Amino acid sequence: MRSLFISLRSEFYKSRKGLAFWAAILLPVLICGLIAFGYFNSSERILRNNMPPMGLWGQYSSQALAVMGMLILPFYVIFMAFSVNNIEHKNDTWKTLFSLPLQKLSVYSAKFFYSVLLVLICLALFMGLTYLFAHLLHLLIPAYRFDLYDPSLLLFQYYLKLFLSAMGILSFQFVLSLMWGDFLKPMGLGFVGTIAGIICANVQWKWAYLIPFSHPTLAMRMGKLRKSPADGIDIMTQEIWTSLAYMVVFFILGYFILAKKNIK
Amino acid sequence: MTLAIETRGLNYHFGQQQVVNELSLQVPKGSIYGFLGPNGAGKTTTIKILLNLLQAPREKVFIFGKDLAEHRIESLRRLGSLVEQPAIYGHMSGMENLHNRCLLLGISKARAAEMLALVGLTDAARKKAGKYSLGMKQRLGIALALLSDPELLLLDEPTNGLDPNGIIEIRNLLIRLATERGKTILVSSHLLAEIERTATHVGIINKGKLLFQGTIADLQQLSQPVVAIDTDDPVRAQTLLHAAGYPAETEGAQIRIPFQTPADHAQANKLLVEAGIAVHALQPLRKDLEHLFLDITKNN
Repeated sequence: MRSLFISLRSEFYKSRKGLAFWAAILLPVLICGLIAFGYFNSSERILRNNMPPMGLWGQYSSQALAVMGMLILPFYVIFMAFSVNNIEHKNDTWKTLFSLPLQKLSVYSAKFFYSVLLVLICLALFMGLTYLFAHLLHLLIPAYRFDLYDPSLLLFQYYLKLFLSAMGILSFQFVLSLMWGDFLKPMGLGFVGTIAGIICANVQWKWAYLIPFSHPTLAMRMGKLRKSPADGIDIMTQEIWTSLAYMVVFFILGYFILAKKNIK
Repeated sequence: MTLAIETRGLNYHFGQQQVVNELSLQVPKGSIYGFLGPNGAGKTTTIKILLNLLQAPREKVFIFGKDLAEHRIESLRRLGSLVEQPAIYGHMSGMENLHNRCLLLGISKARAAEMLALVGLTDAARKKAGKYSLGMKQRLGIALALLSDPELLLLDEPTNGLDPNGIIEIRNLLIRLATERGKTILVSSHLLAEIERTATHVGIINKGKLLFQGTIADLQQLSQPVVAIDTDDPVRAQTLLHAAGYPAETEGAQIRIPFQTPADHAQANKLLVEAGIAVHALQPLRKDLEHLFLDITKNN
């Protein structure tokens, strides 16, 4: 456990100046900021629709959720999984990590959990900033009645679902990035997979839930899975279970690949 | 004799290619063991096996008497290493690289500054390691290896890329670590002269096979220097030297006799000159690695 903790601290220390870490912070700030700016700038047009507070919240928060769920999250996860492993490939430091008195499982798990943590930070910031910027908009333009409805539960559930739906892609990409040090293979496969996943989910192919790259799109589908807003949404749907199952399988597979890895 | 490293009939293959062949290293505790061999001889592979980066079967590699395969963590705790090019994070400064290693080893960050001073990198502590010269990277690699104050150091060609001053500093550092702090150091090199200056023990490897293992004195016996003599009449010069008891051999147009003392080869020179042979040059030569290998192989 101590090995895992120090490895995790080291992961943070190594990547704290890198793009993968800062993207987890800058992406939500930028996207939520742009959406809020759009709402500020186009307030007259938006307010003309006379939406009730709940509808306004729905419209406003789905901007970030849709962009994030459909495109940014899969691409960010692919890039981040690549980045966390590439730091060792690029600097030829696997040999250092494995010649230190640390369990290989701890080194591996720390990398994996660090990646999970970055997705969590990114999505938590998306959720928090969506909420904060809405109230800021209300302060600047009081006609935006974001104060009359509390979407915290729904926002939390949607972002939690989005987070869980990303675990399949993350673990799959993590294994690819572990095996290959080059940029093209894991990133190329990831991009093709993401596009194929989005298409499969959007055409409602019945086996789409088996494709990790379809999970965020499937998870963001509203409608039939949704109960009343007060009850929240079903989080543990078929694609989420599949995503978690992939995470377990790829996590174990990745460890065996790493444990047998000879540093030539 | 307590052994810091022992391998027993170690073999290793990369696919069909055998890179380590029945290797039985014996590195005494407290020694500086020069691991000598040409490029591609299997030195780095052996060092990687000793670090468990390449996995060897059980009962083949022992670190301080314990089977590495069964006591990996315990063995690595007593080890510091520098393998091939130093593995450092280019986007971090030298100091940050050391701090990161302190984190991983659970040691005080104060030690980082101490190590940088030891390898002469204090002024470049805040510079990105990716921008370091090869020599500076090598020094940082040595600092990283020494950070945990390990009992055993495995250094793969540590003077690669260093300037002559740097080489002397590292050489002196190794000697100090072994003599003052009782460290055991295995240092690989393809330069015989480099090993002769630092090592107390030597192992010579070629094509994965250990051709020689012993003390530096044993090696010096093998790498007897010679005196090359250029004359206007090599055939008569050889006959004369033979008659005087010198085991003279010809190599091309040169005569070679074993180097004993300067007075001894002055005597040989006098003998030739008095016999009317013009001596153009007398030059003491040490056997280079290639010739030493040939000798050792011949003896084996």
